[in-house]
Amino acid sequence: MNPTDRIYTKDHEWSKIEGNTARVGLTAYAQEHLGDIVFVDLPPVGKEVKQGELLLVVESVKAASDVYSPLSGKVVEVNEALASNPEKINQDAFGEGWVVVLEIADPGEAANLLSAADYDTLLASQH
Amino acid sequence: MSELIFEKSKHGCTGCSLTHLDVPQAEIDIPTRAGIGLPTLSEPEVVRHFTNLSRKNFALDIGFYPLGSCTMKYNPKVNEDMAALPGFAQLHPYQPDSSAQGALELLWELDRALCEITGMDRFTLQPAAGAHGELTGLFLIARYFQEKGQKRDIVLVPDSAHGTNPASAALAGCQVVVVRSDSRGGVDLEDLKAKLSDRVMALMLTNPNTLGLFDENILTIAELVHAVGGLLYYDGANLEGTCGYARPGDMGFDVVHVNLHKTFSTPHGGGGPGSGPVGVKEMLEPFLPVPVVTKKADGAFALDWERPQTIGMMRSFLGNFLVAVKAYTYILSLGGTGLRQMTADAVLNANYLLSLVKGTYELPYDRICKHEFVLSTHKFGQWGLKVTDVAKRLLDKGFHAPTIAFPLIVDGALMVEPTETESKGTLESFAKALLEIEEEARTHPELLKEAPRHTPVRRIDDVAANRSPVLRWK
Repeated sequence: MNPTDRIYTKDHEWSKIEGNTARVGLTAYAQEHLGDIVFVDLPPVGKEVKQGELLLVVESVKAASDVYSPLSGKVVEVNEALASNPEKINQDAFGEGWVVVLEIADPGEAANLLSAADYDTLLASQH
Repeated sequence: MSELIFEKSKHGCTGCSLTHLDVPQAEIDIPTRAGIGLPTLSEPEVVRHFTNLSRKNFALDIGFYPLGSCTMKYNPKVNEDMAALPGFAQLHPYQPDSSAQGALELLWELDRALCEITGMDRFTLQPAAGAHGELTGLFLIARYFQEKGQKRDIVLVPDSAHGTNPASAALAGCQVVVVRSDSRGGVDLEDLKAKLSDRVMALMLTNPNTLGLFDENILTIAELVHAVGGLLYYDGANLEGTCGYARPGDMGFDVVHVNLHKTFSTPHGGGGPGSGPVGVKEMLEPFLPVPVVTKKADGAFALDWERPQTIGMMRSFLGNFLVAVKAYTYILSLGGTGLRQMTADAVLNANYLLSLVKGTYELPYDRICKHEFVLSTHKFGQWGLKVTDVAKRLLDKGFHAPTIAFPLIVDGALMVEPTETESKGTLESFAKALLEIEEEARTHPELLKEAPRHTPVRRIDDVAANRSPVLRWK
């Protein structure tokens, strides 16, 4: 069961809308499948991204994987703690493992993302 | 862990004593051995150090090495004998063509043999390994479109591709677009159609693919890619699965690379060194790296540097020449019928081994395989175990682990390639080990979690090694 206070992409990113910003992270499913995360290539604060475009890269012992931006906007905060403790994503994907905060460019785009219930259904259909 | 040779170093020790000087001693200003930090030991100490290290190593000459997609077949010793012939081993790269006719003839003949095996028109033997071949091939394709005045920048790769494919494409300055696999493990034709456009430079394909499955739609795929003006690139990592039976050139591929260190039995890994010749269809020949070996009207061989459309050199001189000698030896030893037998035995071995473990291990794409197959260890999750634990336990049972966690489209992938050089008995012992491990996972999962117990070094902390790598001794 994924937390119901946020919305999801089918690529396993979550966004939690907080006013005109969104906190973004990887889902528990994503971290479990990536395995132990060893490096997070954080974007610079101020970077502008479009929905579905490359936001950052995470590297695990298995693979380097692209993380796509769930929404369009500007990066206003990055989780600096991940630079020295990337394992926070494995330990607490929905909490301390958040990756960036975006200033939302188009609130309407949230409609393109999945509810927690829909995301649960998506995961149930995968193995 | 044993001591490093630097830690064993003792001041004043030396491996040899120089004879008494018969000329006056002079002081010159160069660093001494001690000054540049080289260890100083006696000759027996050095020999024992490296011999002891070699005894901790695992190699094909020690045991079964079913590393998927790597074709770890036995390397016949006659290959080494041929490469050690003084006429080959003592060549100097700058000696005149006229005094290296035999070596040039060998390169020419190997080119001809590879053309016949793959159905291509011309090869370059320069690339030093598979990924280097991919980069060479993409440079050739880019140059081809440049000459045609077409702007193309997209390289398509299936989601089952070797990681080197997208990496090579990115290094060549291309944009990588991933094509999905269908439920049978082949290229999803609808997804391919959706991603084809006049911006597509090439589709890079491994066939049989990394699941060990032959894509029967290959002729349709070639037609689709060619219809938008793109070219088809063949990753030869799995040539072992069809060699002697089907040729990439006949399937519609325009550029291929083959791995001499896989299909053609030259040493692999640990600095092999490798060799990844690239073959092309006629329209790409003018762009091949220089120099190219040519055969003159009088039968003499020469190096041709006068090729104005060349992409340049991809490696110094003519590539890893002695590897070419070994591969040529292998091809001549087997001959055409021998190469067919090689493939038939590799495919038979893979399917026999698969039949012994299927059922106990999940086979997500349940088809007759070619030279390798991919199992899923998904169910080990219920016992708190991952594919790594299975692989480490295999080490305790005396086997090298298969490739794991790849391809990414299979959860907890275990990719097994036995090759044709293993006996029925070896395959059965390995199958027995895999079945025992599944039993242990159910009854004594700690045996897997704590593995390996019987290797010189126990489980490596790969997470710590990645998070805080120690890249030098001190």
